[in-house]
Amino acid sequence: MMILELFWIFFKIGLFSFGGGYAMIPLIQNEIVSRGWLTAEGFANIVGIAEMTPGPIAINMATFVGYKTIGVFGSVGATLGVALPSILLILLVSKVFFTYQKHPLKKGLFYGMRPVIVGLILSAAYFIAETSLFIVKPGEWSGHYLANIDWVSVGIALLTVLGMRKLKLHPILLLGIGGAVRIGFKLLGL
Amino acid sequence: MKEKRILRTLFWTFFKIGGFTFGGGYAMIPLIEREVVDTHHWVSREEILDILAVAQSLPGAIAINSSTLIGYKMAGKTGALISTLGMILPSFLIILLIATVFSAFQENEWVRTAFVGIRAAVVGLIAIAGYNMFKAAVKDMIGVGILVATLILLFLLDVHPILLLIGGAGFGILLYSLFPEKRRGS
Repeated sequence: MMILELFWIFFKIGLFSFGGGYAMIPLIQNEIVSRGWLTAEGFANIVGIAEMTPGPIAINMATFVGYKTIGVFGSVGATLGVALPSILLILLVSKVFFTYQKHPLKKGLFYGMRPVIVGLILSAAYFIAETSLFIVKPGEWSGHYLANIDWVSVGIALLTVLGMRKLKLHPILLLGIGGAVRIGFKLLGL
Repeated sequence: MKEKRILRTLFWTFFKIGGFTFGGGYAMIPLIEREVVDTHHWVSREEILDILAVAQSLPGAIAINSSTLIGYKMAGKTGALISTLGMILPSFLIILLIATVFSAFQENEWVRTAFVGIRAAVVGLIAIAGYNMFKAAVKDMIGVGILVATLILLFLLDVHPILLLIGGAGFGILLYSLFPEKRRGS
């Protein structure tokens, strides 16, 4: 029965995610991690891999999350679930979308919804930072939170932001650099 | 026969785009445009702009919306399904392969170490995505208000993200219905 649940969860995610793959991250986080089907760290790894492989990020994440929760059948269920709302909407009502593409109330809808999407993406960054920029998991901090910060990881995150904004480097290259820097530190014994 | 050939071409076109584009749906937009308009002359340049605009305003993955819309236009329901299958299949197979390999190596010390760094970089990438979206989406103080309200409801009151999306959309529609003069501003 878990496969039906997984299908239904990703169906909901496909139906309510606007603005591409990143906007899906908080929804998957909310549904899958909170059920305990994946750890926050495991999910953060999947986001990294989904970014580094070709294809739609949404499909990459759905296939991987499905595989991690119940194997190949999970992949099929999650991927079908996330794609089906799009297919059904287009087959049944795409004419409506073309007719109302320039309708003023559609503008109003996005005017109100897009700041919410920004908030959701920022919350995704926060949740992934919580498991990625600290030495131990959030619940296991000892002492002041500053003592638990992983400064190398914070450096990599800042480097990634600079690399994207200033040098316009490709995200895959930056993810690769992140991994390489970390391995470099380990080789140096730090 | 002709029908069959179109379906085959649709499938391989989207299979190629899905299998070789890194960076998700947004990165695919110029490729889809080139294949559909310049290579195959399926739709005009004007029409593709319309299609891609609708693809971005529908819920779900932009890549899936684009392939379904174009397939539907070219060859009806079968075309929509075949095109979308072409778009999904490379991702699905590549990820299954990686997932199997990754599961075998994820306990390896070096793989773990690399992923500590990759996760840190992911934080940076998502923060940038949030910032870019902020610049495009939040145009005035009302937008800032919606954003702040979203963060409060999400972090302090644990409201479900889907409810927040519906709430934001409803608020926007209400605002535009009550104050139609706002429409000119944006």
